Amino acid sequence: MVRAPALPSGRLPLRLGVMAAMLGLLALGLVLGVGFGAVALGPAEVLRALAGLEANPIVTELRLPRVLGAMLVGAALGLSGAAFQGLFRNPLADPYLMGSAAGAAFGVTLAVSLAGGMSGAFAQGAVFEALPVSATLFGFLGALLAVAVTLLLSGGASRTHDLILAGVVVGSVLVSLTSYLMLMDADRVRAVFAYTLGNLAFLGWAGVRSVGFYLLLALPLVWAFGRTLNALSLGEETARSLGLPLPRLKLALIAVVTLLTAAAVAQAGIIGFVGLVAPHILRRLMGGDYRYLLPASALGGAVLMVYADLLARVLIAPAELPVGMVTTLLGGPFFLYLLWRERGRA
Amino acid sequence: MAGPEAGLRAEGVSLAYRGRRVLERVSLELPRGAWLALLGPNGAGKSTLLRLLAGLLGPSEGRVLLEGRPLAGWSPWARGQRLALVPQNGPYPEELTVEEVVRLGRTPHLGLLGREGRADAEAVDWALAQTHTAEFRRRLLGTLSGGERQRVMLARALASRPHYLLLDEPTAHLDLHHQAEFVGLLAGLRAQGIGVLTVLHDPNLARQADRVAFLAEGRVVAEGPPEAVIREDLLARVYGPMVRVREVDGRPVVLLG
Repeated sequence: MVRAPALPSGRLPLRLGVMAAMLGLLALGLVLGVGFGAVALGPAEVLRALAGLEANPIVTELRLPRVLGAMLVGAALGLSGAAFQGLFRNPLADPYLMGSAAGAAFGVTLAVSLAGGMSGAFAQGAVFEALPVSATLFGFLGALLAVAVTLLLSGGASRTHDLILAGVVVGSVLVSLTSYLMLMDADRVRAVFAYTLGNLAFLGWAGVRSVGFYLLLALPLVWAFGRTLNALSLGEETARSLGLPLPRLKLALIAVVTLLTAAAVAQAGIIGFVGLVAPHILRRLMGGDYRYLLPASALGGAVLMVYADLLARVLIAPAELPVGMVTTLLGGPFFLYLLWRERGRA
Repeated sequence: MAGPEAGLRAEGVSLAYRGRRVLERVSLELPRGAWLALLGPNGAGKSTLLRLLAGLLGPSEGRVLLEGRPLAGWSPWARGQRLALVPQNGPYPEELTVEEVVRLGRTPHLGLLGREGRADAEAVDWALAQTHTAEFRRRLLGTLSGGERQRVMLARALASRPHYLLLDEPTAHLDLHHQAEFVGLLAGLRAQGIGVLTVLHDPNLARQADRVAFLAEGRVVAEGPPEAVIREDLLARVYGPMVRVREVDGRPVVLLG
């Protein structure tokens, strides 16, 4: 045979096109997100400040970390969602619905209160700068616990509805526990409440560095599971018959994804549905091959978060909504649609 | 290639699951290039036996030998290069193309991170050609009919270039035409030295096999060439007195009534 091996399966141009479009949306989101605020900045001003031609502390100290943080948090959630959906072969698995985000929030809150009460830290956003690593670590432990309990309650992950039910119950309990910890420090209730709702207002450069670090760590690790997740879409037995050491691989992937979720939650609180919506849309657009879907879901999550944050800041300006509220309002109906579609299939 | 070294063998295999004996001292042999059909009623342990032979389950007693070595002694990758399993029901990843699915069959050769090369592409092309699925290699699995999907699953199994194919109810979704085509396809694979084991409900498909093993309540109650196993007395014991066996073209045919 003369012709070249048919390796790219014909969908490569489409995939690259979708990725390029998302990068374009991200660039636009960056300019809009940095420009919008009490002091509005035009695109030219934004670009000059970003390029370093003009010193503008509003851009470099306030808005840029927030917009970059939104992208990184969104990327972490999108990647986590795509990986969980492939791992559990369940289109509704995501860090929010499986309770792991709530578990991470509980762990972070516990870390904060153990670190000597909340003493104004939340209000000033300084708490995470004081303890970014241990906050993520506590969040990681909380999220691991939540995933374990959810999987235990639902008897594995194969039955979609059982998994979601267990995840919602575990999530509710953990949110209640988190609220209790917070109420112990009544002065801070408002700031802390905003945090559990999912909020980017606390994000500074330290937070950006923290999420960025874990995302850079997790992205190649999760991507290495691409073929495994593809094989899993043929069912567990087939995947094992192909030689994949599934139990070990699953534990490793759960650990990496949960750490990533915890890193995002530690900076931005509980933000729902981004991990569900981004992979789902992209699967439709560019197919189910996880080697493309994983990085694309990270990009897609970043796009969703940047624009959700923009909405959160625009809708009731000059005040702002917690971004988690925006994603939940937009993602909730989408989730119901998916649930309804799944039911038609079962 | 002959001799005890080549072949997939179960030696006195038993399996207990939750206190129940699912398989009881089963011995079977699948040489390369042969077709062994596993017949039997629902719940006889056919699918369990298939999983045992594929190395997905370990026996409580006895052992399974792959080319002379106990299955447990093979690395999962090496085992996956020689044994290919097609379970009965999906799941079918609707958003993967036919080619993407078939390429997953190369996993045992690639491991977790290996890059696909020329040999992989050639094996995929060969598997697509064998199963007549090359013409829709770019289509999404979700757009195929049940019969087409079944052939794609077979192509996926073939892509690893296995020595032995283990197929659970491979004709369950096929009409008569495609069943006939499927039997023809198996003949081609056997000629290339692939041993095929099929779990079947329908004894009239099993009549084409080289050998038939009849499983009931976890035991092999008869094993041999089709005419020795597909017999009225034997089938009537398991399925009831409605079963008739006649001979067509020198091989048995099963009728009801």
